[in-house]
Amino acid sequence: MPAAIEFRHISVAVPQGRILLHDISLALEEGTTTAILGRSGSGKSTLLRTVNRMVEPKSGEVLVGGKSVSEGDVIALRRGMGYVIQETGLFPHFTVERNVGLVLEAEGRPREERARRSRELLTAVGLAPDDLAPDDFARRFPHQLSGGQRQRVGLARALAAEPAILLMDEPFGALDPLTRAEMQDMLRGLLAGLKKTVLLVTHDLDEALYLGDRIVLLSEGRAIADLKPHEFMQSQQPEVEAYRHAFHRGERNGATEVRG
Amino acid sequence: MSSGFLSQYGGEIGTLTLEHVWLTAWAMLIAAAIAIPVGVGLTRSPHWAKPVIAVANILQTIPSLAMFGFLLPLPWLGDRAARIAIAALTAYALLPIVRNTYAGIRGIDPAILEVARALGLTGRQRLFKVELPLAASFIFAGLRTATVTCVGIATIAAAVGAGGLGELIFRGVASVDNRLVLAGAIPAALLALAADSALGLLERWFKVPAQ
Repeated sequence: MPAAIEFRHISVAVPQGRILLHDISLALEEGTTTAILGRSGSGKSTLLRTVNRMVEPKSGEVLVGGKSVSEGDVIALRRGMGYVIQETGLFPHFTVERNVGLVLEAEGRPREERARRSRELLTAVGLAPDDLAPDDFARRFPHQLSGGQRQRVGLARALAAEPAILLMDEPFGALDPLTRAEMQDMLRGLLAGLKKTVLLVTHDLDEALYLGDRIVLLSEGRAIADLKPHEFMQSQQPEVEAYRHAFHRGERNGATEVRG
Repeated sequence: MSSGFLSQYGGEIGTLTLEHVWLTAWAMLIAAAIAIPVGVGLTRSPHWAKPVIAVANILQTIPSLAMFGFLLPLPWLGDRAARIAIAALTAYALLPIVRNTYAGIRGIDPAILEVARALGLTGRQRLFKVELPLAASFIFAGLRTATVTCVGIATIAAAVGAGGLGELIFRGVASVDNRLVLAGAIPAALLALAADSALGLLERWFKVPAQ
């Protein structure tokens, strides 16, 4: 069986010549979650964006289900993938329901189907709509929601067309730690039942460990580690250790001890 | 104004007001039909934005009386005074509409446009479902500026015999009758105010709240 997503020697450079990604090769198994970890500017988002052709590589190719993404229709390719980004991605002039059903709307599916699907998904992401309530979520606009609620709607929208692949670019990056933890729990529960192939870009080690079946560490456009979460925690590789040490610094400062 | 004046000129004021509205409305329709697509086109190739907006800018600096004069000898336009008036008003209306359409679309949060692409919306769907609705408030602001300008300039159209409320003003000036001048000027001012508030209402209606 071909890999759900395969990167073959992907290199990306900006027109001015700076290299963003350098010869990346990875194969992602179907139904797994791969966390792409790295600091800002390491090329994580760029790598994710080669999958839905928001970025065209300079060389190499990306295969989805064994087929090169550069062959075939880019619109169909994108509709077959859920896409979630940080907070700002909802359409401010559409209600929650229309935001969620937008991909179905773009495909010309009937209104009733869109409304039904929207409601199913809002329930799935923990925003149970209530037709009778005057402040029904489905009828609200994005500016009437909290950050966490907006992010749930964004996730519902990404899942609307039942894509096999979910691309998530720092989806919870703008949320406070508690809301973020709630979202991570919700996502984990949701993914457990859905068997999606997920590519999750994050700079948060905890998030990568919690959600990822596998962690790929990027640094300056190169994949420098590709490990399972428990391996990541034990690796002696200096870059991995450095990343690990950047987290939970409070503990080492004695924050967990009672001071006398 | 005495009731005698109104009973003498009331009918004519009504007809000329309608003529005025008719001239302006046609000009605005034609201008919008040209300027909105041009504004959208400029967002697709921004290197054209500067020269195109400069040309629209120059059109707007031509004194209105001169503009009517320039158009007079042109073959099809020159046949009918109303055509000249509509063509001239259209020329004046282009700039604010082009500029606002362009600025309105360019001002949309890039993350929104990126998501629209990434979700697989076609170029057409992005334009009609996302870009135009999000820029609508700006576009209506442009239409508002253009309409108010045109209602004013349309009074000059009477100079080439195109009718409208300018006719009363010109006649009043010629016969040194301030009542006639006001009979043209007041309805023209009211028209401008009405257009301003009606389009201002649409502008606010389409305003998208910030997240």
